[in-house]
Amino acid sequence: MSAKQVLTTLMMALVLVATGSLTQAADMPEQASLDTLAKLFDGVEFDHAMHTDLGEDCSACHHHTTGTGTTDERCISCHADSDEVASVACNACHVADPFSAEYINRKSLNLYQYHVDMPGLKAAYHWNCVGCHEAMDGPTGCQDCHARTAEGDDFYRADASDTSTSGKGGH
Amino acid sequence: MSGISRRRFLAASVAGCAATTLAGPKKALAAGSFTGYSDGMGVLVDLTRCIGCRSCEAACNKEQNLPAPDRPFDDQTVFDETFHGGKQKRRPDENAYTVVNRYNPESSDHPLFRKVQCNHCNEPACLSSCFVNAYTKTKEGAVVYNPKVCVGCRNCMIACPFNIPGYSYSSAFDPVVKKCIFCHETRLKNGLPPACVDICPQEALTFGKRRDLLKIGNQRIQTHPGRYVDHIYGEKELGGTSWMYLSSVPFEEVGFDPNPGNEPIINNVKDFLGTVPMVLAIWPAMFTGFHLLAKKRDGHDDHDQDADQHNGEEGGEQ
Repeated sequence: MSAKQVLTTLMMALVLVATGSLTQAADMPEQASLDTLAKLFDGVEFDHAMHTDLGEDCSACHHHTTGTGTTDERCISCHADSDEVASVACNACHVADPFSAEYINRKSLNLYQYHVDMPGLKAAYHWNCVGCHEAMDGPTGCQDCHARTAEGDDFYRADASDTSTSGKGGH
Repeated sequence: MSGISRRRFLAASVAGCAATTLAGPKKALAAGSFTGYSDGMGVLVDLTRCIGCRSCEAACNKEQNLPAPDRPFDDQTVFDETFHGGKQKRRPDENAYTVVNRYNPESSDHPLFRKVQCNHCNEPACLSSCFVNAYTKTKEGAVVYNPKVCVGCRNCMIACPFNIPGYSYSSAFDPVVKKCIFCHETRLKNGLPPACVDICPQEALTFGKRRDLLKIGNQRIQTHPGRYVDHIYGEKELGGTSWMYLSSVPFEEVGFDPNPGNEPIINNVKDFLGTVPMVLAIWPAMFTGFHLLAKKRDGHDDHDQDADQHNGEEGGEQ
């Protein structure tokens, strides 16, 4: 590799790093579609801008992954000064299928590692969103965030009516 | 009987009888310490995470092709239903293999929800009690049953310490027992989690290898001081169960039997059951021996061949 090539590579790397840090805020989405799991319910059109305006620190939702330090005492011992990670999207860490045989086997091999009990994507969404909504009196009903699909209506037997058996006794 | 005298035969029978009686309990004890298949699967139910949405009930209904419910699965008024003069909450039956109940524990400022289904014991009492051998504990951890051989005797319903098996009372001619089978046929044996686990929005149900779930459960208790009572219900209870529970309040406040003991139900009857094969194998031979002896003494033995053979050996006895 010639000196010129090395120089070019270094400069390109510098530019990339600089753009990365400068555009961190610009990269931040106004809106995020949380719809990879949508089936019985529609996906959620998440108003990211509105939620960031609520003034909470990024780490309130993104843990330590955005580069802002976390305040959770269980995380801080390792992640007080953690750098931003490559992708801060929820599904970069929380898998959609946490009970697949492959994932369970991998877990088995690393049982004593931190984060082995990490929730899957669906639980991560619900804990993060509903947990905060409860604390801040936000909406907490299922359909407050995502409308139920026709398949969902069918699944929950929305058409079932209880006319003859109300207050039935015995088993 | 040609090479052995009747006296020696009888002596051997008595000795065999004694040996079986002595050896019996030892063998039964070994059977009573089975702690589950090493790679058996389980579910860790975290009561602190359940929000009572009843999605698991809906998923079970669909997966097992159960009849339509009286009310939609998102109707939470079912939590107000009680039976037997208000003493009993909902329990699984032929139309629902799992139900969620709501509790208002004294030690909690908010209600807790508890999902009820078969706990898939390591040593199931239903299996022990079934005289047609309809039940099987599979290597994956599920307690399944064969409805084709079930005769509908309901012994398992009496034996089950968790009141789980339901009965198809609606069927006049072929009533059988019905219960949760851990989605064994459609999911578990193919390496998939049961339908209820799959649907849970809160991951209140964690599916995994039973031995891993014990470690994860203890880790949760340790990582979140104050959130849980320091106990995994089902780790040891009644010999251990594949479904286990974490709770923020003492278990009796959410409808669990707090002290079912750690002995599997079969230990209550194993001493007796251990003697059954002995009785079946030895008593017929022994009493036939007594009978033949008595007949011989009375001089009524009309089996010529036998008589010829015995005359040579035992002539002195007569």
